[in-house]
Amino acid sequence: MPPILELHGVTKRFPGVLANDHIDLTLNQGEILALLGENGAGKTTLMNILYGLYHPDEGQIVVRGQPAKLTSPQDAIALGIGMVHQHFMLVPVFTVAENVMLGVEEQRYGVLDRQSVARHITEISSQYGLLVNPNLYVKDLGVGIQQRVEIIKLLYRHADILILDEPTAVLTPQEADDLFQVLRNLKAQGKSIIFITHKLREVLAIADRITVLRGGKVVGTAEPAKTNSAELARMMVGREVILSVNKKPAQPGEVVMAVEDLNVLDDRKNLTVQGVSFQVHAGEVLGVAGVQGNGQTELVEALTGLRPAAAGQVSVAGHDTTAATPRAIAELGVGHVPEDRQADGLVLSYPVEDNLVLNEYYRAPFAHGIVLDERAIEAAAVTRAKEYDVRTPSILVPVSNLSGGNQQKVIVAREFSRPLKLLIASQPTRGLDVGSIEYIHNRIMAKRDEGTAVLLVSNELDEILSLSDRIAIMYKGKIIDTLPAAGATKEALGLLMAGVHSRDELAVQLQVEAGLAEPPTPAEVKAA
Amino acid sequence: MAELTVAPKPAAPPSAPPAAAAAAPSALQRVLDALTVPVLSVLTAMIVGAVIIAISDDAVLAALPHALTNPLSLLGAIWNAVWLAYSSLLSGALGSPRDIVSALASGNSAAIIKAVNPLSESLVTSAPYIFAGLAVALGFRAGLFNIGAEGQIFAGALASAYVGYAITGLPWIIHLPLALLAGAAAGAIAGAIPGYLKAKTGAHEVITTIMLNYMIFNLSDWLLNGPMKAKGGNPRSPEIESSAYLPVLFNGLRIHWGFIIALVMAGLVYWFLWKTTLGFELRMVGVNPRAAKYAGVNITRNIVLAMALSGALAGLAGANELLGVNHYMANAFSPGYGFDSIALALLGKSHPLGVVLAALLFGVLRSGATRMQTIANVPVDIISIIQALIIAFIAAPAIVRWIYRVRAARTTEREVFTRGWGG
Repeated sequence: MPPILELHGVTKRFPGVLANDHIDLTLNQGEILALLGENGAGKTTLMNILYGLYHPDEGQIVVRGQPAKLTSPQDAIALGIGMVHQHFMLVPVFTVAENVMLGVEEQRYGVLDRQSVARHITEISSQYGLLVNPNLYVKDLGVGIQQRVEIIKLLYRHADILILDEPTAVLTPQEADDLFQVLRNLKAQGKSIIFITHKLREVLAIADRITVLRGGKVVGTAEPAKTNSAELARMMVGREVILSVNKKPAQPGEVVMAVEDLNVLDDRKNLTVQGVSFQVHAGEVLGVAGVQGNGQTELVEALTGLRPAAAGQVSVAGHDTTAATPRAIAELGVGHVPEDRQADGLVLSYPVEDNLVLNEYYRAPFAHGIVLDERAIEAAAVTRAKEYDVRTPSILVPVSNLSGGNQQKVIVAREFSRPLKLLIASQPTRGLDVGSIEYIHNRIMAKRDEGTAVLLVSNELDEILSLSDRIAIMYKGKIIDTLPAAGATKEALGLLMAGVHSRDELAVQLQVEAGLAEPPTPAEVKAA
Repeated sequence: MAELTVAPKPAAPPSAPPAAAAAAPSALQRVLDALTVPVLSVLTAMIVGAVIIAISDDAVLAALPHALTNPLSLLGAIWNAVWLAYSSLLSGALGSPRDIVSALASGNSAAIIKAVNPLSESLVTSAPYIFAGLAVALGFRAGLFNIGAEGQIFAGALASAYVGYAITGLPWIIHLPLALLAGAAAGAIAGAIPGYLKAKTGAHEVITTIMLNYMIFNLSDWLLNGPMKAKGGNPRSPEIESSAYLPVLFNGLRIHWGFIIALVMAGLVYWFLWKTTLGFELRMVGVNPRAAKYAGVNITRNIVLAMALSGALAGLAGANELLGVNHYMANAFSPGYGFDSIALALLGKSHPLGVVLAALLFGVLRSGATRMQTIANVPVDIISIIQALIIAFIAAPAIVRWIYRVRAARTTEREVFTRGWGG
């Protein structure tokens, strides 16, 4: 049977960069193809071309044996191609049904026909196992359920070829398993799926075939049965990559940071961090695990002085820092690698050299009084960039020119270049390629072995398991458990990240979230 | 140290980020990129101005009905009208090149003065624009929209006038700096108030500065009709002491030291913004307040400082006019410098050098306008139209780019004009 989708020599150029270099790709009907590659390898560009958002400079796209000209997403949808983007395109204040029918509304005498849409959705739901209550507002749904709505949107528009861009980025391990089950259902019903990711294990778990992109080119294809993580990583990066960090046993010393009963409010005055208490010792890594949106962001902001604490106490090296300014906290020897490197950690329009001294520009040797010492800044910047392997054409270009990995290295270089008692690293490898992840993990371990206390906040369970000595799990603003890392399993952590302690509890919770069951009464919870 | 068991990396980065592979544009290229939209905006505004001049000219209107049978006479009439208007604008602003050259050749000082006078007048007109443009530009650099420049100019003029006439018996070396300082201080206070309100309560500076403007105008009215009123019927202040004058540079010409001080200020603003820690922080607050907070910058202090410095510069604009040109204060002393300076700062891309060039341009336009009205019978309001068009084109660069099919260069620093309305 001929492939349902073929790309021949697809090429796309942007000013200064060849994003896709004569790419050949085939997708067979009823298969799951994984598109694997680091950030910047060209995966999303290629899929945007397939979805009609970009026009290729060269090359041909053949859909079901016919050459196709895709000038806009409408053309793609008409051909049965649908895409679920990494950042969902849902309207939070609309219901599920309204979101699904947006753009292809069904009408009855000029009035929106919500009933038939809801019926249609229920049919799709039961056919493909994507259960959800069509009348719920999207903003009230969990991320995993929102993703189901995105997939339903595609099926509602009769998509046969589904493209999923980094779908597990925001899911717990259990939610990812559920998604894979859904994908297998779709496959069984004849759908063809392209799955974009940089996560090696997932690719081996779900894909029928794997195509690896690097630097805009296809560097190889593989079948999961015949390959392994190490080989795939080598294809993605171009060299041998060690996937786990060699960790010496921790030698924890005295308490460096003590948090007691911390309460923090978010921008909408909701209590996002409730009664959190923990301690971080010198020479150990405390990992805070949890799915995005359970209070981790606000917790780190409160600890670093960027957000006021509503109640509780924070102390660093014996000093009370509950109400301290960010600069005062930094001067106590606290380094902070922020979650959102472009919004918080860097001034994008400033040159690389200025960003490399962003935390110390105001004192000697970088300034004398109020006058900046440009030569000292330049010298320090050159040294730091070299030592931390920041790849940049020059330190004078705006830091926005650098790739995500190198931007993160700028932040790491800056924070690590002074004596640190405590390092707070929040999502330190988000959006980075395997090579940069490896580098930053090694640097963090090095600091920990030097005796720095490390607080690692991350949504990536692999990262937490790999680096932490102790693991605290955050769920809905509380630390619901703290375990030693030795012996912690992904299964157990995944359940805790969803706020439950067993698989049965999880099943019930998912039903509740999807609007298909009432929350259990306290008596029922106790009985379980 | 954790063991770093990594195989040796190859010499060249295997997955070099595409963006870093693009070479940083050369300095010349960046200057040209920066100049494109402003120059084209001015050009387009002048073209539209020419159209307006043409269609309001009698000769053109007379030739219009015969456009199809005698197109040449129509084109000739249009050309005459526009040429007369713009050439008299230029000669009114800069003087006629022939006269200047022959005067210089003759060496007759009276002739030289007469020939160079228009140029001197243009520079006199430019000086307050430089100060006010720097004021607004400094505000923009901190992410603040200082519409209060006009009020701050008034405040500066009132304060320097008061120091100028109320204090007597001081030598100029003390009196003049004191008067200038008073002008700057008054402007700084007028700027700091909205700055403080924004920092502490989030009250948007666009609203508070406009309101404060009206307060200052009315205050000025009352002062000039009351406590600061000179003897006689008109609402104006007494003449200032000559020891408070900004001296002229050459006898016979009105250009005075205020112009030089303005240029010095431009240099100071450049040094402040790019060579000091305060400027480093201020620009950070303008470009990315979140990162500034993360880097430990005191946002409140920087907002107040930025508005105060901006106000001080605007206050100096007022002091400049008062001490260098008018020598007394009356309510009509400012033809809207403060509002024009917003266009100026935009045209000059909030950079001191750009502001100076834009101020010189505006000075030329305003100065030449009177001669254009006398000789070519074109009302001076056409200049306001041209200035307004310049603002419109600068504020929406896409229009100019679309007209001339110029691709947008990848700008390094995106200009932020203001934030605070849900942003």
